Amino acid sequence: MAMNTTQFDTLPERAEIQRGLVAVAMSGGVDSSTVPALLQEQGRPVVGLTMQLWNQRRLPELQGEGPAQHRCCSLDDVYDAKAVAQHLKFPHYVVNFEAQFEERVVRPFVDQYLSGRTPIACTNCNTDVKFEPLLRMARQIGAEWLATGHYARIRKNDSTGRWELLRARDESKDQSYFLWGLSQEQLSRSEFPLGELTKDEVRAVARRAKLPVAEKPESMELCFVPNGNYVQFIQAYSRESGISLHEGAGEIVTENGEVIGRHNGVHEFTIGQRKGLGFAVGRPLYVLSIDQKLNRVVVGDDSALRTTAFEIEDVNWVSCEKPQAPLRAAVKIRHKHEPAPATIEPLDSNRVRVTFDAPQRAITPGQAAVFYDGDRVLGGGWIR
Amino acid sequence: MSRVYLDFNATTPVEPEVLDAMLPYFSAEFGNAASIHTPGQTARAAVETAREQVAALIGARAQEIVLTSGGTESDNHAIFGVVTHTILGMRDQENRKHVITTAIEHEAVLNACQALEKEGVAVTYLPVNPDGLIDIERLRSAIQSQTVLITVMHANNELGTVQPLEEIGRIAKERDIYFHTDAVQSTGKLPIDVNGLQVDLLSLSGHKFYAPKGIGALYIRSGTRLRQFLYGGHHQRGFRPGTENVAGIVGLGKAAEIARKLLADDAKRISGLRDELQQGLLQRIPQSRVNGGAAPRTPNTTNLIFPGIEGEALLIALDLKGLACSTGAACSSGAVEPSHVLTAIGLPPEEARASLRFSLGRHTTKKEIDFALQVVPAAVEQLRELSPTYRKVAEAR
Repeated sequence: MAMNTTQFDTLPERAEIQRGLVAVAMSGGVDSSTVPALLQEQGRPVVGLTMQLWNQRRLPELQGEGPAQHRCCSLDDVYDAKAVAQHLKFPHYVVNFEAQFEERVVRPFVDQYLSGRTPIACTNCNTDVKFEPLLRMARQIGAEWLATGHYARIRKNDSTGRWELLRARDESKDQSYFLWGLSQEQLSRSEFPLGELTKDEVRAVARRAKLPVAEKPESMELCFVPNGNYVQFIQAYSRESGISLHEGAGEIVTENGEVIGRHNGVHEFTIGQRKGLGFAVGRPLYVLSIDQKLNRVVVGDDSALRTTAFEIEDVNWVSCEKPQAPLRAAVKIRHKHEPAPATIEPLDSNRVRVTFDAPQRAITPGQAAVFYDGDRVLGGGWIR
Repeated sequence: MSRVYLDFNATTPVEPEVLDAMLPYFSAEFGNAASIHTPGQTARAAVETAREQVAALIGARAQEIVLTSGGTESDNHAIFGVVTHTILGMRDQENRKHVITTAIEHEAVLNACQALEKEGVAVTYLPVNPDGLIDIERLRSAIQSQTVLITVMHANNELGTVQPLEEIGRIAKERDIYFHTDAVQSTGKLPIDVNGLQVDLLSLSGHKFYAPKGIGALYIRSGTRLRQFLYGGHHQRGFRPGTENVAGIVGLGKAAEIARKLLADDAKRISGLRDELQQGLLQRIPQSRVNGGAAPRTPNTTNLIFPGIEGEALLIALDLKGLACSTGAACSSGAVEPSHVLTAIGLPPEEARASLRFSLGRHTTKKEIDFALQVVPAAVEQLRELSPTYRKVAEAR
């Protein structure tokens, strides 16, 4: 059946000058707006796609006065993306992925928090929205590639035949930590034109192209959570969706089980957190773990936060095949973590055991662990 | 790239003859129709001629035509105007006013009704059958002693299906209830006689029949009690004040005159092309079906479902190939929203999303239909090849 042919069959060689249509995922921010400018400078035809992901009028109790502004999926951002497309004269469309975004990003985000984990919504959005339905739509409308404003690099390794994911040239902007979930097929169809540039160079391109968003400030917030207040968001969303917040309040205990206080819901805590424990015992205490079953937050000294070994699940191998034997790599356990040397031991069913050479602080369930070999992302998975 | 436009239910171009009629009123004959002097009288004469031309298109009298900014204003004025002409009783449960409408109205009607609900008015949204038609018996039994207005659209924008207005008009008359119809999609496409249909209020919009955007009319049967909303000068008997948009009004009148003259021939030719497009697509695209195909429809509209595709992707793919058509409604960001009309005719969400509307115009050619018959099947096939849902459907067979 013709439908079963893989998309690789018609894939042109990247080394060739690429003439096929490129779809650009445009958020309305300066980074993704610079991508079409760069591609056009190379003489490549582009089409812009902006995803409508979340209805900002939902959860009205989270809205401040006036219209939603300066947030992803706000109308302002959509209009900014359109203004860039009009300025550079290429077709642009807004595509509705609200249903997919809620099912694959928002709902799991809330569920994870409610079960005492600390999720990363951006990774799910990349793996399950941007490089899944959006990439498919790009292909369906006749584009060969999907380009995004991510700071990371992709290259084909001719000796292994694999598509490799690499850190951005600008280490301070590197987003490879959020991209470990991409499959070979997704990588083969994707382009990150900003991967070789620094943020300053990107701004310079934006100014040179006279983009209307060239001076737009950066947004670092989670796009669907107003004002970065995720606790409020989780409460409002749970109410709207009829998810019970399992009685909310519970106990705060020490490692020995001694009750030293009360809390208003485990979703308000993340491992390693010091702020907001709401009481003082004469020395700083940190969240060590969250026990969802007993609705308890376990606290202790900073030294107790440091651990060496942990397991991760749903591992995806990117720049290499699944190894048969233990492997040495630098492992990064959160976005702002400096990768530390570790041994990675493959277990059954897409799980691995990671053992750091030296203890690391606050290894947090729900976050991702990503394995690096120099600049290359070998793979990654979710911390259990 | 050559472009083929098959989205005339969204809007139409201004007919060259209409534009010619309008042009003098921008600069040479720029008078204010409310002025006493000669330039004012010239403008006044042009406005009144246009009012007569609009009235003639729908079998009304000129003094029953109020010129408005378009369909949305006309709908809002009719609905709020009837329901709120006395404020008394609005929040009084005993005398709670009641409005009957349908589930497939345009947002201008639906959102006006929802706003009334917030003010304490009860609203019945009549369901429609799979062909998009209301059940007259259901309408009859929905009537209460407090019912003050029945508002049912003439032709639906997404499906083209035409409601049995004559029967509704008869019932409304028997029960002494005001009857409004949103005729934005039928004006110029179907013959309309406000007396034959027994409507009390009718909304129409210029840009749907080759007049410019921003001009429309509300027919108000003599004797209908309606509240006014704008207060100002004496324009339009003080009922809808505001300096008349003379050029736009002239365009509306001219377009009405042309539509009246060409309506029968247009309908015949355009429905022939529409049928050719519809049949051709059904033959070329496996599993495709027509939405609302068994009901009486406007001559220019067909809405097809292509299982296994996302209408949004197909729309973009076709636009990039030079063919303009439409899915359901667009939201303020420009993204496609699930269509309340397709949902109301009973389509599950995935089928509603797999539907596409083609609407033809007065100048649509056979060559353009041939172009559509060439690009649409190819695009559907390409989408299906990349569609996981269609693969599942295909493999299950």
